[in-house]
Amino acid sequence: MLTSFYIAGAVAVAATLLMVMSPNAVHALLYLIVSLLAVALLFYFLGAPFVAALEVIVYAGAIMVLFIFVVMMLNLGRQATERERHWLRPSVWIGPSILAAILVGEVVYLLGRAGLPTPGVEQIDPKAVGKVLFGPYLIGVELASFLLMGALVGAYHLGWRRPKLEMHDDVYSRAARTPSGGAPLHRRADRPVGPA
Amino acid sequence: MSIEVMLNAAGLAFIVAGARWGQADGQVMFFFILAVAASEVAVGLALVLRMHRQYETLDADALSEMKG
Repeated sequence: MLTSFYIAGAVAVAATLLMVMSPNAVHALLYLIVSLLAVALLFYFLGAPFVAALEVIVYAGAIMVLFIFVVMMLNLGRQATERERHWLRPSVWIGPSILAAILVGEVVYLLGRAGLPTPGVEQIDPKAVGKVLFGPYLIGVELASFLLMGALVGAYHLGWRRPKLEMHDDVYSRAARTPSGGAPLHRRADRPVGPA
Repeated sequence: MSIEVMLNAAGLAFIVAGARWGQADGQVMFFFILAVAASEVAVGLALVLRMHRQYETLDADALSEMKG
């Protein structure tokens, strides 16, 4: 049990190191997913199965999908398909696959000895977590909901494509077209807008 | 991505502390860290998308119009 804990920790550290040192965003994402899964296994070993499940679902599921979605979306256009094929060539998968295979082996080992109590650490079941979460920490839950709502509105606002405005003249033309904006702003010629 | 790793490390520290003292508070703190990470990712990626759309580059050094 202790050895598998340390193996999972080593996998997490190795995957994170490889992620930080990887020059390519997609490769780094692959390693980051493995790292998150390893950390989820660590949570399980530490007696927090609910948090482990949450880590897999929210982090490795939702947040990483968002990352991959944006990384792939920003490469539309010129030679994007070729580049993606180059990124995802089979040799890239070897490193994350080995690390993930170690994790899968540990999960199988854990499933084999399911039901046995974990020595050393006490399990904190989701019921206790829920009691504390909605008891003394209720204000924190509300604040977290504020934060998520703000993030939702902010992301929507930032991602909103303004209709019928040119891209590079966005700020200037919007200021010129507002009815209360007064005199239209003129673009200064000495200041380059857009990619220099 | 690195911010994700750092937040994850902080969460791991909380979980370890909670496991050490047998309290559920560590896991509660991890929930909050999860919420912070999720909202930060949403806003950050929206910013990146916006930057890509407006400047067609992802180089942060290109955003040097605002002279301080």
